[in-house]
Amino acid sequence: MAELRVENINKFFQDKQVLENVSLSLHNRELVSLLGASGGGKSTLFNIISGLMCPDSGEVSLDGNTITGETGHVSYMLQKDLLFPFKTIEDNVALPLVIKGMKKREARKVAGPYFQEFGLENTEKKYPHELSGGMKQRAALLRTYLFSSKVALLDEPFSALDTITKSAMHKWYLGIMEKIQLSTLFITHDIDEAIYLSDRIYLLTGNPGHITEEIIITEKKPRGEEFLLSESFIHYKRKIIENLEKKLQ
Amino acid sequence: MKKKLQSITNKIAAPMTIAGILVIWELISCFHVVPTYMLPSPVQVIHAFISDFSLLMFHAKVTLVEAFLGLLCGVLIGFVLAVMMDQFEFIYKAVYPVLVITQTVPTVAIAPLLVLWLGYGIAPKVVLIVIVTFFPVAIGLLEGFRSADRDAVHLLQSMGATRIQIFKHIKIKSSLSQFFASLRIAVSYSVVGAVIAEWLGGFSGLGVYMTRVKKSYAFDKMFAVIFLISAISLVLMYSVDVLRKCCTPWENRRAIRK
Repeated sequence: MAELRVENINKFFQDKQVLENVSLSLHNRELVSLLGASGGGKSTLFNIISGLMCPDSGEVSLDGNTITGETGHVSYMLQKDLLFPFKTIEDNVALPLVIKGMKKREARKVAGPYFQEFGLENTEKKYPHELSGGMKQRAALLRTYLFSSKVALLDEPFSALDTITKSAMHKWYLGIMEKIQLSTLFITHDIDEAIYLSDRIYLLTGNPGHITEEIIITEKKPRGEEFLLSESFIHYKRKIIENLEKKLQ
Repeated sequence: MKKKLQSITNKIAAPMTIAGILVIWELISCFHVVPTYMLPSPVQVIHAFISDFSLLMFHAKVTLVEAFLGLLCGVLIGFVLAVMMDQFEFIYKAVYPVLVITQTVPTVAIAPLLVLWLGYGIAPKVVLIVIVTFFPVAIGLLEGFRSADRDAVHLLQSMGATRIQIFKHIKIKSSLSQFFASLRIAVSYSVVGAVIAEWLGGFSGLGVYMTRVKKSYAFDKMFAVIFLISAISLVLMYSVDVLRKCCTPWENRRAIRK
């Protein structure tokens, strides 16, 4: 069971307020998106949740325990895969376990069985630059997963990929979510991506950024590609666009 | 085929130039453009090298030992300084300008001082080499540590990594290519530093040999020792390259792929 709660977060940079009373929740095995324009404070919010930054007020809690300003509880993945070029994929992926104090050998053993599940067979001894973009991203996801099997924060993880690879990754991600116990909070500015993947979507807009709307996507998972072209998909999309535009005016 | 030819041309370009220079040089001495006692021909130099071979090797050994000890201490000191400067901002601010100043003092100017303080033994040589080698190593490493990807550092922080873990997992590895570039420079400095220190006082070493053959106007032997010194530097620099390739296997595979 994992339950992430973010309550009444306010954050200022010098005198400028970037986040205003942001509250959200993430339930077990849910995929929740934060959708909003670039520079709207989404990444700041992630830095706060991951503990890299302290909010000026507000609280972050995981399973009822306060983790505000503490690192090491939720895993964090950025748009860049950030695989270390000087480590083999195996050692890259096992790194969070080593950081937690596991021996390198043991860590490799723990990571081993997941390679197949993440579509990374036979890449153990390779270096990151020998992998394709999609594979690198999957390796980074595996590393994120091995760090915390509870909550993952993904900051635009697929936005650097080309469209075809991206949609393949979407399908793959929905598939893997069926198999593993992971709750995901997902930053994106791609509306289609948000609707396709999410159980719920928070719209984070305005200046300072605050949550203006929570949209629940009721479509059952796993979702096929036909969902992307369905009536209900368009309906969600219209709703989101209208909401975002309203804010812009 | 064309590409192969090109790669052959690339490979032999430098040896060809050297061979060309040697031929011109041989011709100059053959036709007595410059008197042979002032500019011996390459063949004479080779003869001198062979006849003095055991003596040269004896002195070379001394110089190499000095260079190695000095380099070792220099690298260690450079490493410690770089780590301290990277980890503590105030040390960086306090020490860095002093480091730069130490490098503006000409080597030839401090060497006699060192001899007066430390005598004619190995100590002044090693100290001088330390002075010339620690700087490039410290600066190269510091730059290397700072070149570590900030986002990667943040990622490790978000995993709850300690400073030591961040240092071990990112900074050391990120600094390796810079480190080896500086080590290459430091290695050639170490040989030159040893020779200069020996020049200014000592009982053995290639620098001492040089001053002795200079006093007897043995130009051929002077050239022989000059070539020996540059050959030693080249071999050492090459060894650094080999070491670099062993320590950074990920770079090699990238090179092959290109």
